[in-house]
Amino acid sequence: MALDNKILDEINELKRKYEDERSCLLPALYLFQREYGWLSPEALERVAEILNIPKATVKGVSTFYAMFSHKPMGRHLIQLCTNVACMIMGGERLLDILKGRYGLEPNLTTPDRRFSLVIMECIGACDTAPAMLVDTDLHGNLTEENIIGILERYE
Amino acid sequence: MNSRESVLLKNADRPGPAGIDEYGEWGGYRSLHKALSMEPGQVLDEVKKSGLRGRGGAGFPTGMKWSFAVADPQTQKYLLCNADEGEPGTFKDRIIIEKNPHLLIEGMVISAYAVGAASGYIYLRGEYPKAKDILLRAIKEAYEKNYLGDSILGKGVVFHLHIHCGAGAYICGEETALIESLEGKRGQPRIKPPFPVNEGFSSKPTVVNNVETLANIPYILEIGGDEYAKIGSPECPGLKLFSVSGHVKRPGVYELPMGVTLREIIYTHCGGIRGDRKLKGVIPGGVSTPVLLPDTIDCPMDFFHLGKVGSMLGSGAVIVFDETVDMVKVCLRITKFFEHESCGKCTPCREGVSWLRAVLERMSNGSGRGGDKDLLTEVSNNIAGKTFCPLGENAAAAVQSFVNNFGDEFKEKIKSG
Ligand SMILES: Cc1cc2nc3c(=O)[nH]c(=O)nc-3n(C[C@H](O)[C@H](O)[C@H](O)COP(=O)(O)O)c2cc1C
Ligand code: SF4
Repeated sequence: MALDNKILDEINELKRKYEDERSCLLPALYLFQREYGWLSPEALERVAEILNIPKATVKGVSTFYAMFSHKPMGRHLIQLCTNVACMIMGGERLLDILKGRYGLEPNLTTPDRRFSLVIMECIGACDTAPAMLVDTDLHGNLTEENIIGILERYE
Repeated sequence: MNSRESVLLKNADRPGPAGIDEYGEWGGYRSLHKALSMEPGQVLDEVKKSGLRGRGGAGFPTGMKWSFAVADPQTQKYLLCNADEGEPGTFKDRIIIEKNPHLLIEGMVISAYAVGAASGYIYLRGEYPKAKDILLRAIKEAYEKNYLGDSILGKGVVFHLHIHCGAGAYICGEETALIESLEGKRGQPRIKPPFPVNEGFSSKPTVVNNVETLANIPYILEIGGDEYAKIGSPECPGLKLFSVSGHVKRPGVYELPMGVTLREIIYTHCGGIRGDRKLKGVIPGGVSTPVLLPDTIDCPMDFFHLGKVGSMLGSGAVIVFDETVDMVKVCLRITKFFEHESCGKCTPCREGVSWLRAVLERMSNGSGRGGDKDLLTEVSNNIAGKTFCPLGENAAAAVQSFVNNFGDEFKEKIKSG
């Protein structure tokens, strides 16, 4: 609850940015996801209450956007791009490496909750393809040889 | 890279973003001073004279768009910067924001002054967390120096600027979907008309411009619209950023005059194909634009000429394929992208693109059926012209271009199945 009060302050701050409170919805969802790592049904309910938006609407909006997760995620989120530029530069082969080393597959989390993996549609790093985001860090020029070394830095 | 000093890519080769002092040392915010000493209508005239066309993909004349918003009698207006940069292959807007954020901010303040907008938002794609931090810091600096706020440069001009983050939906790059998203809704396109210039954010007149479009504005003010119009193609002049990826020796973002040919981009600026292999095909403007064969690479890269060879400039994202690439697989990957990103609002796009994907998938797996190549054409034709926004249309045109240009490869997939 203390955490929620902090978020509440931030949401009140947000309201000054927009004329209509409804515009705070995406940023508010981001705040809850930042604090809890995902958007639980309770979190969606809290957002609905705070912004005075119907619960079903909040859920409808939230599930439209790929970056909001509605199930618990691992400590680190691997966002691997397999769009055209990354694919032709070998991005898909990296999937096999992740599977081999961590048993990790798209949209799944390792049993130790260390990593979750999602496949991305272009992360705007095509000059260093293949590329991935780990949490907020961008890593490019990935190879079958260097990807594990990079990930091992994330406990 | 090229003889002229970089304008949009200034600082791009250095590690961090340029701070406000550094930007000032290069003459930054001088164009804002100049603009505020002019009438808004005079600023608009310079942009009209420059011939600048939107760099977000559609290529709409910027001055004309602004004048529609100015003409609307409502007084409260908005300026939105489209920094959603979702078109696969595109990474130019990110470079501007991460390396030279004040160029975008200065461009926005000048544009807001010209159109009469007192507040604006940068709709930034969620996949760019680093760019967000850099922009936040730059906006704060600009407020401190009075380049943003309630009386910019002490002249009573008001402009407030905020960042709004997207959350991973390509369709939110479409301007009306972007507005829906900014209003806290699902990012589904609105019917046009009314156009955003009359009824946009909060139903108010709203100008939506791409990052690169806005980043050109300070330079246009600096050298004047007439001078700017002399750069590159006479039909659609100016500086253009090309994001080049795939099998070239030196991928990256290049600032070149509009009308440079694909050949020059690939072989001169990017050093040619890796391993000196043969070129098989090239997508000139992001995956939404039809793929071209090597015999068309002498076409000037601009909105006008690419249309004549059956493609589009799009976002200027050049993806280069060497002779080893399986084009059916590329076509399948592109279709999967569109299937994933279709917002689901209209049936031809939602159902048609899934169907295309299913057919391509079995072809790619080697289990293609006899009529599959024609089926792709038939389904594409049933999507084209029947969708609510250009996404569905672009998906169909992209698939069709692969089938037309690499028909033998598609036939192979059927034989081998
Ligand atoms: C599906 C779709 C996606 C789009 N994505 C973007 C984008 O990521 N960035 C962008 O600036 N424009 C994008 N556009 C174009 C915008 O709708 C709009 O034309 C543009 O932002 C206007 O700015 P400009 O005139 O400066 O180009 C997209 C259009 C469509 C149909
Ligand atoms: S064409 Fe596709 S993306 Fe566009 S409105 Fe229709 S369903 Fe949505």
